[in-house]
Amino acid sequence: MTTTQVAPDADDALLAQFEATIGRSDRIEPRDWMPDAYRKTLVRQVAQHAHSEIIGMQPEGAWITRAPSLRRKAILLAKVQDEAGHGLYLYSAAETLGVSRQELTELLIEGRQKYSSIFNYPTLSYADVGTIGWLVDGAAICNQVPLCRTSYGPYGRAMIRICKEESFHQRQGYELLSTMMRGTDEQRAMVQESVDRFWWPALMMFGPPDADSPNTAQSMAWGVKRNTNDDLRQRFVDMSVPQAEALGVTFPDPELRWNAERGHHDFGEPDWDEFMQVVRGHGPCNTQRIAHRRRAHEDGAWVREAATAFADRQRSERAEAHG
Amino acid sequence: MTDHSNAYDGLLEHHDVAGDSSQWAFGTDFEDPLAGVDTTVPDDVDPAALATYCLMLGDDALVMSHRLGEWCSRAPDLEEDIALANTALDLLGQARLLLARAAAADPSVVPVLPEGSPVPAEDALAFFRGPGDFRNVRLVEVPNGDFAHTVARLLLFATVRLALLTRLAGSRDPVLSAIAVKGVKELTYHRDYAGRWFLTLAKGTEESRRRLLAALEDVWPLHPEMLATHPVEAAVAALGVGVDPAEVRDEVDAVLEQVLTASDVERPERGALAGVRGRTGRHGLHTEALSRLLAEMQVVAREHPLGQW
Repeated sequence: MTTTQVAPDADDALLAQFEATIGRSDRIEPRDWMPDAYRKTLVRQVAQHAHSEIIGMQPEGAWITRAPSLRRKAILLAKVQDEAGHGLYLYSAAETLGVSRQELTELLIEGRQKYSSIFNYPTLSYADVGTIGWLVDGAAICNQVPLCRTSYGPYGRAMIRICKEESFHQRQGYELLSTMMRGTDEQRAMVQESVDRFWWPALMMFGPPDADSPNTAQSMAWGVKRNTNDDLRQRFVDMSVPQAEALGVTFPDPELRWNAERGHHDFGEPDWDEFMQVVRGHGPCNTQRIAHRRRAHEDGAWVREAATAFADRQRSERAEAHG
Repeated sequence: MTDHSNAYDGLLEHHDVAGDSSQWAFGTDFEDPLAGVDTTVPDDVDPAALATYCLMLGDDALVMSHRLGEWCSRAPDLEEDIALANTALDLLGQARLLLARAAAADPSVVPVLPEGSPVPAEDALAFFRGPGDFRNVRLVEVPNGDFAHTVARLLLFATVRLALLTRLAGSRDPVLSAIAVKGVKELTYHRDYAGRWFLTLAKGTEESRRRLLAALEDVWPLHPEMLATHPVEAAVAALGVGVDPAEVRDEVDAVLEQVLTASDVERPERGALAGVRGRTGRHGLHTEALSRLLAEMQVVAREHPLGQW
């Protein structure tokens, strides 16, 4: 939607109405007027979120064929299938803003839209399936729960459903790790090694420190974003420490300790140079993840074309029959 | 979790999630698939024959599910990714029940693991048998190929299996009967899904029709094996416990004819793929693909024979 046909006064009135809606913490709906910049920010955020779900199918999906028990295989298949479902709702939410799934998929495989950097790290053992559930889905929930109240209606409603399923996945991941911790020494070592590898990338999931986060202020003013990166990161650390203790694993951070004065844990600084490298496309798996997605998309093109052609043919046959 | 602004407390309550498994993903919440079911074998039935029969049906489902699971994150569209995963999950559920039934009927079919191994019988059967002990038909083990191959194979597989399970619902073995009743609903959907895509690809574009016809030529010679009677099937069918596949041939033929006619596709002329001195998948003689498939499927489990998952 553009504002070009609206007279300046009317424009001001619409903007005032929009801001009043945000001010009351009411939802903006697809047919409501909204500033172009708000629409643009939302498309960027919702698309990035949808892409993260779809790319996120790969690191865990790679273990479906190697799951070590039939029960775990079923749990993992169901989980990765849920992620495809989340991608579907989110692409649908983006479509209410006037962009198609096809367009967004192309932006993704051309590298013009981003997805969560965490999925550019490799999965190297079955314990990673549990660690991703516990820490990565845990961090995603911390990021996403506030989005259930986000100002854009379709996005917020999609997030309510997604958060419920994510917290379910988090528990499943934790349960896998806790079962493995009751197993053999090799299994316990596998869990600790996996946690050591994923802890810092999980902390990076909240984004750069507030001081270096260029979009935060406007997103918060519009009610698209509800908490700052550092805020959410702190909550995540405070939430994870007692869970790690219950599990019997440690986090690879010598600076991690309880600070009674602040009522929070102190913790070390993630390697922000590594973060920037991964964001810029030089992470361990960036190329592989995009190539996989591109291959699936291109290999499937003839099937999607066939489905469209068949639907068109049926429509014209029906029209003939009635005409 | 109704107040979405403050769900952190809810997460923190779940430190001790280990013991709390009641609300987990559907079909995944059971440790013992046959818990609470009377698994006594009817008096006049040879437990070894019943177990082998369950392995045949269970291995078909397990291997087919594995191949469908390979599509995950690779399907032509998200809707298809979800549908194929769903089908894989249904078949995995059937496999678990059938392998557990095989183990309960005749524990001697279960591979022996090192003392103290917590690996349940269904997993010992899935992950610790070699290819020569798998009783699945060769149709389910060959690589996926493109989407047209997957659709053509699924159509043949689901058509035969639905016909078999429909009759198996009347089995004298209450366990097999219950498994079949549940499976019929699932396979009705699988057959319908494959049939709709078969028609769509046949009548879609020139490219899709070309690929579908090539796929059908490839998989067609593999399906008669599902309709051939193995002596074990004859034996359990004679006792009213199992189904002789020969009984469903006409029905399968009629269903396939209907799909082929609607799609304007001619029935391939190629006959059944030969075995080796009469031995095929049902006897434990497979294509080269099965050993590779199992190498991947079993790698983590075999590395940790004392592990628990």
